[in-house]
Amino acid sequence: MLFRILSVTATTLALAGAAMAQDQSIIVQSTTSTANSGLYDHLLPIFRDQTGIQVNVVAVGTGQAIANARNCDGDVLLVHAKSSEEEFVESGIGTARTNLMYNDFVIVGPDDDPAGVGGMTDVQDALSKIAEEGALFASRGDDSGTHKKEMLLWGDTEADPTAASGDWYRETGSGMGATLNAGIGMGAYVITDRATWISFENKQDYAVQVEGDEDLFNQYGVIPVNPEKCPSVNSDAAQTFADWLVSDAGQEAIADYEVDGQQLFFPNAPEN
Amino acid sequence: MQSMGDALGLAVALVLSGDADLLEIVLLSLRVSLTATAFACIVGLPVGALVAIGRFRGRSAVLIVMNALMGLPPVVVGLLVYLHLSRSGPLGFLGLLYTPTAMIIAQTILIAPIVAALSRQVIEDLHVEYAEQFRSLCLTRTQTVQALLWDARYSLLTVGLAGFGRAVAEVGAVIIVGGNIDHLTRVMTTAIALETSKGDLGLALALGIILLGIALGVNAAVQSVRMAAVRHAYV
Repeated sequence: MLFRILSVTATTLALAGAAMAQDQSIIVQSTTSTANSGLYDHLLPIFRDQTGIQVNVVAVGTGQAIANARNCDGDVLLVHAKSSEEEFVESGIGTARTNLMYNDFVIVGPDDDPAGVGGMTDVQDALSKIAEEGALFASRGDDSGTHKKEMLLWGDTEADPTAASGDWYRETGSGMGATLNAGIGMGAYVITDRATWISFENKQDYAVQVEGDEDLFNQYGVIPVNPEKCPSVNSDAAQTFADWLVSDAGQEAIADYEVDGQQLFFPNAPEN
Repeated sequence: MQSMGDALGLAVALVLSGDADLLEIVLLSLRVSLTATAFACIVGLPVGALVAIGRFRGRSAVLIVMNALMGLPPVVVGLLVYLHLSRSGPLGFLGLLYTPTAMIIAQTILIAPIVAALSRQVIEDLHVEYAEQFRSLCLTRTQTVQALLWDARYSLLTVGLAGFGRAVAEVGAVIIVGGNIDHLTRVMTTAIALETSKGDLGLALALGIILLGIALGVNAAVQSVRMAAVRHAYV
């Protein structure tokens, strides 16, 4: 009996291994915004038609995506936290980082706008005002790209939100969607990337309150994982994917993606 | 606000539409959790039976540990399995992370203690009734375990169902080791988590209702097998 179980297990493992070797497939460690907004559902079929490569997306926060890629559990990293990405390349785990596309962050809040920040275009002023009023603010608190950006923005203000953690400053420690659900549930302001916001389906009485500051710029980058550090990576297919994303075909495909008639991501890879 | 009625309607519409993606997710959920339940029973039932009939030093400590392990948090199991299957972990060379096999491993670890601990209780109660008789027949330990497992088979089906219920309902472990990859490792619970994070609460709830329906179906199937067998036994 035991032998039979072991042989079944061995066969399963062998089959899994054979399947890996035959199909060209890669794993992309990705931020959630690109996945939750449906961008991959638009891009990946086009890429597969052109190259035959199957791309499997693991969508987690930028912090976790980088940690997973560091453990060699991905072939390509696609995230949005430039300084962490540069660190990733400098440490040798990534081969090279390329700018891929951008959009922007916005602060969303309830229609009654308790802190009166609606229409403000200076994000630091808006955050300071929220802090002064002690209006509820829901933060990701999960070391994601959006959270890192938020902390940078708070750093430019006089306010110290983490001192008020649990009071008006609420760290959810969850993904963008979960934080939006929580923030909307408690009437808090939330900072989110525009792509997630546009495609988010539980907006209730929420709207964009603060936008348009150039400090709210949100750059996405793509980095293949280095086969010298991680021998298990499918480096040819990974490089093909990264090259395609920044090629004219990939950039056009990104620009073409719209939700409710709005373009979510703006390609800005350097000209080849 | 989404009402339960809307979600129920959406669930029915989804099922009737025969959506291929939904079917794929449902089948993977069943495959992963039923396989994990089978492995957990293969390991858990004999262990439970052996502990039930055994008299050894430290037995009460073993019982406490077994019962405590029923409360293993799925996310902790997921993390442990991730650390082992990660390319930088000891079993990374197998390339199993982000595959259904990894999800089966995680769920097996999660529910084997449940199967072992519950079957231990069932079999111990039964053993009290039969102990004298077994002694008079001079049965070996293996024969005793076999006889008890066979005699308790209908109660043990319920034990298996408890394990299956835990496996099919958990999200913490499979989302870490499976990665919720579309068309590869997405199961009902991770799909529900994803739709919730997209703010599509209606669809998330509808998927939840379908998951409940699946659990009902599996339980009804097992129940009918059991009733048929019992009828057969007394004819």
